[in-house]
Amino acid sequence: MSSEITRIRWHGRGGQGAITAAKIVAKAAFDSGYEGIVMVPSFGTERRGAPVSTSLKISKTKINDLSPTENPDIVVVLDHLILDEVDVTAGLKEGGLLVLNSPRKLEDYQFKNIKLAIADVTGLSSEVGLKKGIVNSGIIGVLAKAVDLVKMSVLAKGIEAEFVGKKPEENAKSALLAYERTEMGEM
Amino acid sequence: MKRIESGNVAAALGVKLAKTQVVAAYPITPQTPLTEKLSELIEAGELEAEYITVESEHSALAVCIGAASAGARAFTATSANGLLYMSEQVHWAAGARLPLVMCVVNRGVGAPWTVWNDHQDSISQRDAGWIQIYVNDHQEIIDTVIKAFRLAETVSIPVMVCYDGYYLSHTHMPFDVPDENKVDTFLPAYSYKHTLNPESPENLNTVTMPFARPDRDGVNKPGYMDIRHNLQQELRTSIPVFEEIDTAYKAIFGRGGSPILSAYKCEGADFIVAAMGSLSNRIKDIVDELNLEGLKIGVLSVHLYRPFPQAQIIAALQDAKGVIVIEKALSYGNQGALFGDIKAALYPCIKRPFAHSYIIGLGGREIKKADLYDAIKESCTTSETFEDTSRWIGLNR
Repeated sequence: MSSEITRIRWHGRGGQGAITAAKIVAKAAFDSGYEGIVMVPSFGTERRGAPVSTSLKISKTKINDLSPTENPDIVVVLDHLILDEVDVTAGLKEGGLLVLNSPRKLEDYQFKNIKLAIADVTGLSSEVGLKKGIVNSGIIGVLAKAVDLVKMSVLAKGIEAEFVGKKPEENAKSALLAYERTEMGEM
Repeated sequence: MKRIESGNVAAALGVKLAKTQVVAAYPITPQTPLTEKLSELIEAGELEAEYITVESEHSALAVCIGAASAGARAFTATSANGLLYMSEQVHWAAGARLPLVMCVVNRGVGAPWTVWNDHQDSISQRDAGWIQIYVNDHQEIIDTVIKAFRLAETVSIPVMVCYDGYYLSHTHMPFDVPDENKVDTFLPAYSYKHTLNPESPENLNTVTMPFARPDRDGVNKPGYMDIRHNLQQELRTSIPVFEEIDTAYKAIFGRGGSPILSAYKCEGADFIVAAMGSLSNRIKDIVDELNLEGLKIGVLSVHLYRPFPQAQIIAALQDAKGVIVIEKALSYGNQGALFGDIKAALYPCIKRPFAHSYIIGLGGREIKKADLYDAIKESCTTSETFEDTSRWIGLNR
């Protein structure tokens, strides 16, 4: 039933890899025993650079509702500048979690009745030797730190598998580093 | 091996496992990622097939017709106006009795333009003489594509595997990829008994007289009407053939068992909701809630739409008090397409259930859980008539 489904809405830009990130989490969740996995990209015509979103639903049992998520438990944002363009917390449940890649600090943000998990994934990914702007691996570390859904070790393995031939170890390292450097707060 | 991929990738992997030899397709949303995946698989040498690029859907199916006539296992896929653009060849492929498989990634039909999902595209082709199967999730997509080739080749009738655009085509979910060696056992290499052969040239499907007449050897040959009657008869007998093929598939892969209709909580139910495609699964959640409230209600998912399985429909529905048909297509100027077919099937029943019709989700109009709940509950609790008019859910928002 619906109450057992964890709903995560991902916001990124076309080409930034939000869907890949959601897929990695989906696969890791499946490998961790969740049978119901549904990832629904925003329906329509996507363009590189424009804000896009995708819904990931995770449950112990099969999910029949394939519609995009309106009331997520968790919102993940790959680019903090999207906050100026899209109301990313729209529909976010009270006490829900916002996972944010931002160079700013926790105290720079003012949200109401949510938990915020924040890390400078863009900076950290450069630190581990990834090309500037590769954030879809690192953001997974922030999510893993903030919510007890899938183990970081399983996610790191999933990242390495997804990025075969595209700096797999650096991508996994970026997530592990983001996991360590995540700041958490309630507001 | 379990994978999490889109429905389009599930279809492409089915086509790959079927060792398809010729793919000709023209990209159209939301089918595009399926053809892209196939061209990748062929380019990478993972599928030893000829990918023939074409300038239109009409040519895509024409190429497949040529390929199948020459003895190759052929596949195409399309959506919406692309399907309509190939419509002349759709009818031809059935009349020519070519065992093609085509995925129709269901999308609403223009005008006005829409890229989003409903079932009007394939429903509009229901009378072409193809077998039409509607599937509900990614596992059914990959399994049914493989079964469809065996079915098409057994009965010499082309098969459409229809799945919802976006809801299934672009959504990622887990599914099992069948083992290649086992698929080879289930679906041996294609050999067509009427293959064109330059050593022994012959004409196929030339102008056929209204009357039967002797051929060059003096043997009496069927006329046009007799050939069309054969198609109708063999479409009807393909229902048990599909059941046998599904049983054989289940024996190897452990999945299947309800290729024609699948019933959820229908045993002893007072009310049964009939639907096609991913909507059938969505309605399961509503039915679960209504059962908790004390209503005895189930969902009947219609997989095989053409040939229409009257006997199975009667067996599934005749003991219910009411049947509620919810669908994403209609026969314009009349009523819901599935609804009309179900009512006709129930006509011989002595104690007929009441029947209500709802149209929902055209052109991707959001299907709200509350709308489904309200409509189904209202049908169960208020009117008990046999209706002719379809009610539209979710207008003007």
